[in-house]
Amino acid sequence: MHELAIAGHVVDIAARHADGRTVTKVFLKVGHLRQVVPSALSFSFDLVAQGTTVEGAEMVLEEVPAAGRCQDCGTESVLKSFPLLCEACGESNLQITRGEELYVESLEMEEQQNNEELIADR
Amino acid sequence: MHRTAVKKVVLEGVLDANDALAEANRQRFDHANNFVVNMMSSPGAGKTALLEHTLDRTLGKVRIGVLEGDVQTTLDADRLARFHTPIVQVNTDAGFGGECHLDANMVRSGLAELPLHDIDVLIIENVGNLVCPAEFKVGEDVRVMVYAITEGEEKPLKYPLMFRSADLVLINKMDLLPHLHFDLELFLRNLDAVNPGVGRILTSAATGQGIDEWCSWLMERGNA
Ligand SMILES: Nc1nc2c(ncn2[C@@H]2O[C@H](COP(=O)(O)OP(=O)(O)OP(=O)(O)O)[C@@H](O)[C@H]2O)c(=O)[nH]1
Ligand SMILES: [Mg+2]
Ligand SMILES: [Zn+2]
Repeated sequence: MHELAIAGHVVDIAARHADGRTVTKVFLKVGHLRQVVPSALSFSFDLVAQGTTVEGAEMVLEEVPAAGRCQDCGTESVLKSFPLLCEACGESNLQITRGEELYVESLEMEEQQNNEELIADR
Repeated sequence: MHRTAVKKVVLEGVLDANDALAEANRQRFDHANNFVVNMMSSPGAGKTALLEHTLDRTLGKVRIGVLEGDVQTTLDADRLARFHTPIVQVNTDAGFGGECHLDANMVRSGLAELPLHDIDVLIIENVGNLVCPAEFKVGEDVRVMVYAITEGEEKPLKYPLMFRSADLVLINKMDLLPHLHFDLELFLRNLDAVNPGVGRILTSAATGQGIDEWCSWLMERGNA
């Protein structure tokens, strides 16, 4: 359900940026700490995209592993599970540096122009 | 006809539109000097039951308004009507995934019916759901999560998103402890694993345990 709501926003963003053009791919970055299930998001995306200019587009989801910088010793650790701990000193005083991403990175679209327009553009 | 594939860089946060609306709500709350609580839990953890106690206990001490997010019914709002507190019900059954959480726009739509300048605290009872509400800011100052001990000790590890975003956790249904195989120590360890040191109060809507402490917590902030 969480994924359905997120998919709705992704489609809105893609459609707005496409501005009438047909979207073929949507590149999305999702941090591990976002608790998003990729398969559920893909499924929701296809569903929500129906009837929009994003219909049929492929959602390319890149997952970003969580990482944090220790505020005590400065070490940057990759974070794989809770509790989130510094791998050097074991403290939990971390500033999250990666893993909370949730954004549309880019779109791939089909530009449809007839030849007259192409010539006019030049 | 000529077709070319073009790439466009977007770099837009999926929740940016919601966050901007949440910020606008927050400015309205600040202007009215409201302390705003986003109350979240899985379905049936006891949000409304605790609210009933809260309204009862704080009557005449702090002015509380309530925004009820309910899937379709007005049952929760009806339960609170006897307190003669400003209450507005927001329907969440429109739009994609709309039924599983409140978003900033739904809250905004409810604000017109609330006398924000005549209340100190606004409590927003979110839709019962352990995942979705945590993603959507609505303009709140704090997030209070209600967790019922009937849900099992491992929930913080399975659903870290909401537990991580909570400013206070009300550990509810404590009256049932003798009847359950619930390891409170283990739950607290799991809670600290995802949200180290987060505030917690042991409560029961059945016996009234912890209600005073919770109301003090609320009034301290609402009357500030
Ligand atoms: N024994 C016991 N029962 C409780 C307690 N708190 C709530 N309940 C019961 O749990 C059920 C659900 O409580 P609600 O207050 O409706 O829960 P809610 O979180 O508002 O539920 P939704 O709004 O539907 O998500 C009701 O039958 C309550 O009487 C408690 O502390 N102890
Ligand atoms: Mg309720
Ligand atoms: Zn360290």
